[in-house]
Amino acid sequence: MAVLGRALIYLALAVAVYGIVAALVGARRGRADLVESARRSVYALAGLTVAAFAILEIAFLRSDFSFSVVASHSSTTTPPFYQATAAWSSQEGSLLLWLLMLSLWSSLVLFLTRRHLRDVVPYATAVLLGFAAFFAALLAFFESPFAQVAVAPPEGAGLNPLLRHPSMMIHPPMLYSGYTLFAIPFAFGVAALIRRRVDADWIAATRRFALAAWLFLGAGIILGARWSYAELGWGGYWAWDPVENASLLPWLTGTAFIHSIMLQEKRGMLKMWNASLVLATGTLCILGTFLVRSGILDSIHAFGASTLGVPFIALIAVMVAGSIALVVSRRDALRSEHRLDSLLSREAMFVANNLVLVGLAFVVFWGTFFPLIAEALTGERQTLGPPWFDRYTVPLALVLVLLSGIGPVIAWRRATWRNARRAFLVPVASGLVTAAACLAFGLGESPFSVVMFALGAFVIGTVAQEFWRGAGARRAMAGEAPPRAVVTLVRRNRRRYGGYIVHLGVALLFMGVAASSAFQDERDVRMSPGDRTRIGDYTVTFAKSTADIELRGGRLENIKFGARLVVERDGGETFTTVTERRYFPSMNPALGPIGRFFEGEATSEIGLQAGLLRDFWAAYQPDQESIRAVVDRLDERMEGKPADQQVRAMANLTAFLRDRPPPATFRLIASPLVSWIWIGSLVVFSGGLLALWPAPDAARRRATARAAARVAQDLSRA
Amino acid sequence: MLAPILVICALAIVVWVVGAPLRGGPRAADEEVVAERERLEAAREAKYREIRELELDHRTGKLSDEDFRALDRQLRGEAVVIQRELDRLD
Repeated sequence: MAVLGRALIYLALAVAVYGIVAALVGARRGRADLVESARRSVYALAGLTVAAFAILEIAFLRSDFSFSVVASHSSTTTPPFYQATAAWSSQEGSLLLWLLMLSLWSSLVLFLTRRHLRDVVPYATAVLLGFAAFFAALLAFFESPFAQVAVAPPEGAGLNPLLRHPSMMIHPPMLYSGYTLFAIPFAFGVAALIRRRVDADWIAATRRFALAAWLFLGAGIILGARWSYAELGWGGYWAWDPVENASLLPWLTGTAFIHSIMLQEKRGMLKMWNASLVLATGTLCILGTFLVRSGILDSIHAFGASTLGVPFIALIAVMVAGSIALVVSRRDALRSEHRLDSLLSREAMFVANNLVLVGLAFVVFWGTFFPLIAEALTGERQTLGPPWFDRYTVPLALVLVLLSGIGPVIAWRRATWRNARRAFLVPVASGLVTAAACLAFGLGESPFSVVMFALGAFVIGTVAQEFWRGAGARRAMAGEAPPRAVVTLVRRNRRRYGGYIVHLGVALLFMGVAASSAFQDERDVRMSPGDRTRIGDYTVTFAKSTADIELRGGRLENIKFGARLVVERDGGETFTTVTERRYFPSMNPALGPIGRFFEGEATSEIGLQAGLLRDFWAAYQPDQESIRAVVDRLDERMEGKPADQQVRAMANLTAFLRDRPPPATFRLIASPLVSWIWIGSLVVFSGGLLALWPAPDAARRRATARAAARVAQDLSRA
Repeated sequence: MLAPILVICALAIVVWVVGAPLRGGPRAADEEVVAERERLEAAREAKYREIRELELDHRTGKLSDEDFRALDRQLRGEAVVIQRELDRLD
């Protein structure tokens, strides 16, 4: 089947190249048949990629180790869920997933626009197929997922244990969905610029794709943060790692884009800014994909060094140069139709919000690429750590939250001071009361956090007030009961109220970040069974040591050492939690049958007691050096012995270490409001989904009927 | 033996799907008028949306009656211009 897979990739490349030519010739010569054929080549590409991906998945599920990628990323003992998802843990499989998603989203947008934007679509088709051809060429000539080994090994290396976490397996498809969905507005933006048709039509056609991209990319980033918190054993959820930053960059510019396009749709403003933003976002998506694959920046998330650097740099260079040339050559057509009527208007708030978001993106970009810049200038690689990022991102985040509160309550075009006073009275009061409460509870040691809580309360106040007033207006107009009024209000104005819910979620999320960053207690402490220590409000007792082996399919999968902790909260409940360190064997036989378990990958199973107000978090690290002598002796005795004897020896070793546990270091963290980061994220995504969900045709028609009728009246009078 | 047959089948399906529009011979695109109509219809929809949003802003107390009347009149005037251009295309 590998031959078939490889042939499908070559065919996909050929179809993509044909489609580009057909689309461009069709557009230049006004040939509808060629344009239609190009669109169908995108559908064909999707079909071919689905088939190729299915072949790869079947190989993983059948543990077909004649596929090189299966042998190096899966094993017969890997659980089926992780066998299915291991495909995208490899460089080759993830590239194929990228192509698959791109071809599916491209097919969807070209199907939806088959009767619209006829002058723009052929060029957008060519751009989308250009991306597809690039990735198909990488799969055909650089990193084939269908490469075979001469002799299939009896067992595979298995999936990296660190990746055996549900959120880590869903995280890549989410990120790739985000990246590939952003390719859609990018392609239509390029096409609109080529055709000089820079009104809001291309934005209307691709707005939902941009929003979906933002949603998926955001979900991918949050899943990555959750994985980091629950799996990596360092206790944080964000480390300003280059690969994390690489996904954040297009998300930030994409967030700016989905705000600023409203100005173009409503007022014909910011055309050049929007074009530049969408081109930058598309380019940053490719840059993010490149960073994960090139190995040019050190990251725990990267695939490691590869040969893909040159093709990616060439693509990014073409995108940057092409984008600049297009925007500069179309600058006349990109002039705004209107100017800002007032600084006290929603337009002005959107402009400010865009500047802050782009400022944040610039800070993240500079901090991420500084090591490369420093190395180029000084020959020495220097990195910028979290304190550097925090210095700039914290104030910008405060301004962003403030703007997300002001935006919803201020009118388009111009607001009067009288209306603004009325609109801001309750939200400002809630912010001030919150600030006073924070200071009264002694939180003044972290002024940034107090300001963030106050601004969060301000945003919650504005959103609650908007729902209250909107529902009141509905009740006055239609006489509906309050719950029904809220439902109707939201149903008829999904985009607006979905957006407000997103703002509410952002406020909750940032409050969680502020609290957990400023008021976190963290300690690394060495303990033996029976020892007791304190962290924050908690008294922690190392009650019992655990040690065990895990067998899968008769094979020793891993050994695990752990600790049962009894935790007592001051004046509160007592609970028990278990934290473990699991050791997976190295594939290097020279390390000895027992010793290789301590030289391979190790994962942390966190002891976590999460609550709405605070989390207790514990990670366990046994002192390996203290048992090295025992392990070395066992290695000598077990060398060349049958596997079942080695398993028994390991079982005896774990039983021995259960009774005489090695000294261990614990990382203990007591962190307030972390759960609100995840809750806030869920609120953000609910709001995003609401804004994305199309209103039924009938509801849409009803909603515009009144406006249409009033305009028709004016028309008949004129 | 199965793989080459499946490759040929895939190739045949691709040629059939992609080549279908070409079988009827060249067709010219009628894009000028269609594109203009699309542009105007989208502009009209956007204007209607703006009128609705303005109403909601007024009802939720973001705009004074005076400002609302002035802006609403202006927006409806712009919608009338778009509608006239559309009518001219018919």
